[in-house]
Amino acid sequence: MFKQLPFTQTLVYMADQAYFLKSFFRNIFKKGFEWEELFRQLYIIGYKSIGIITLTGFILGVVLTLQSAPTLKEFGAESYIPRMVSVSIIREIGPVIIALICAGKIASSIGAELGSMNVTEQIAAMEVSGANPVQFLVVTRILACIIMVPLLTVFSDAMSIVGGYVASSLGGDISAKLYFTKALTALDFSDVLPAFIKTIFFGFAIGFVGCFKGFNSNNGTASVGVAANSAVVTASIWIIIIDGIVVQVSNSLLYS
Amino acid sequence: MGETVIEIKGIKKSFGGIEVLSDISLTVNKGENVVILGKSGSGKSVTIKCISGLLTQDEGSLKVFGEEVKDMDEDALKALRCRLGFLFQSAALYDSMSVRENLIFPLKRILKVKDKAEIEKRCTEVLEAVGLGDAIDKMPSDLSGGMRKRMGLARTLVVRPEIILYDEPTTGLDTITSKEISQLILDIQQQYQATSVIITHDIPCARITGDRVLIINEGKFIAEGSFEELENSEDKFIRSFFK
Repeated sequence: MFKQLPFTQTLVYMADQAYFLKSFFRNIFKKGFEWEELFRQLYIIGYKSIGIITLTGFILGVVLTLQSAPTLKEFGAESYIPRMVSVSIIREIGPVIIALICAGKIASSIGAELGSMNVTEQIAAMEVSGANPVQFLVVTRILACIIMVPLLTVFSDAMSIVGGYVASSLGGDISAKLYFTKALTALDFSDVLPAFIKTIFFGFAIGFVGCFKGFNSNNGTASVGVAANSAVVTASIWIIIIDGIVVQVSNSLLYS
Repeated sequence: MGETVIEIKGIKKSFGGIEVLSDISLTVNKGENVVILGKSGSGKSVTIKCISGLLTQDEGSLKVFGEEVKDMDEDALKALRCRLGFLFQSAALYDSMSVRENLIFPLKRILKVKDKAEIEKRCTEVLEAVGLGDAIDKMPSDLSGGMRKRMGLARTLVVRPEIILYDEPTTGLDTITSKEISQLILDIQQQYQATSVIITHDIPCARITGDRVLIINEGKFIAEGSFEELENSEDKFIRSFFK
């Protein structure tokens, strides 16, 4: 049997991804958009992730405050805590941590779901049932991730600032009004916009990788686990790469 | 004899350099029940996946309703699938949807039925036909193996296809349930006047359902005839299927 060399395999894999990407874009604007399935996915991906996102965001704010407060106190810079928490959470920590959590929760679940549908011939059944599996399964999931990951990040950022306030008020006497005023006035356009834009790309990477891995899983139940696992790993790597690129681009556009 | 609905001439199909179908030719007439018997890995499932357009042959001609399947564009393939049903080996029910939603899925997409009363009527009718009248609100995970097959058949029938392709309809079922499913296939064929191609290695199923039986081995048909003719064949290998 013809055995592919690693280089050839990589090229074939990249070509498969490019073809999958093309069929995603082609099917977004095709007649018969699956609105019902999109709303179902928005509910599953968004609403069902709120619990973990709230907890993570809140604890992030608490921990960041508790870790940095002693050092800032040493320099008499306690008043910088709200500013430090809001800027660091909104610019970097919030989007990346939430995206990594979404990669673990959402990309794995999409990979496993589509992988098992592939193994049990449900995707083929959809095709012979007159549905377009890419339109029904892929487009709806990727769009739901693109919409919900930024919204979840915004919600988590808010929770982090609340967490920062709770930790600050436990360690010292600071009013809620003063804390939130300091936290919010510290932010400007160049902090919020690039961070928000990168979460859209994170959402796309999570949805795309989950769908690609699930859709292309091999036959056999073991491949479902492999699809879920490799969806998390690949999506996480993409998140780190996208973060690096967006930081470079936004720095050169906004601060040069 | 009725008009020809499926016409296959010398199709070949390989996967990764391994030839699965080496020379398949077959003609199926309207209203006929054709059974393809063969060992596992002999190319049975690949043959019907080529008929449904899920796979494309490497060589040869495959026409359904007089049109070459491999030359069909997306719309033509969709139109073909309005007239063609496929019962998968695993029934392939959508796990995340209830029995009702499984039935509505092809109804909305193939026949574009939107009227709720019409949808309800069709779902009830088809579930009654397969003996699952009270399962409409169940989830696929609540159904037994035999019920899943019946449900898969109901989903295939709900759009009233002219041709039904059955991929191992009795695999994994006990003897009694297998016979019930085989009888159901026969009843359905008579009730809906559908043409059936049944892939199986289950001899009782072939006996009950088949007007004509073909034996496939190593990607080629090696014998064709009625069940009785093949059962009494002088060829030892062919007879071995019926023991």
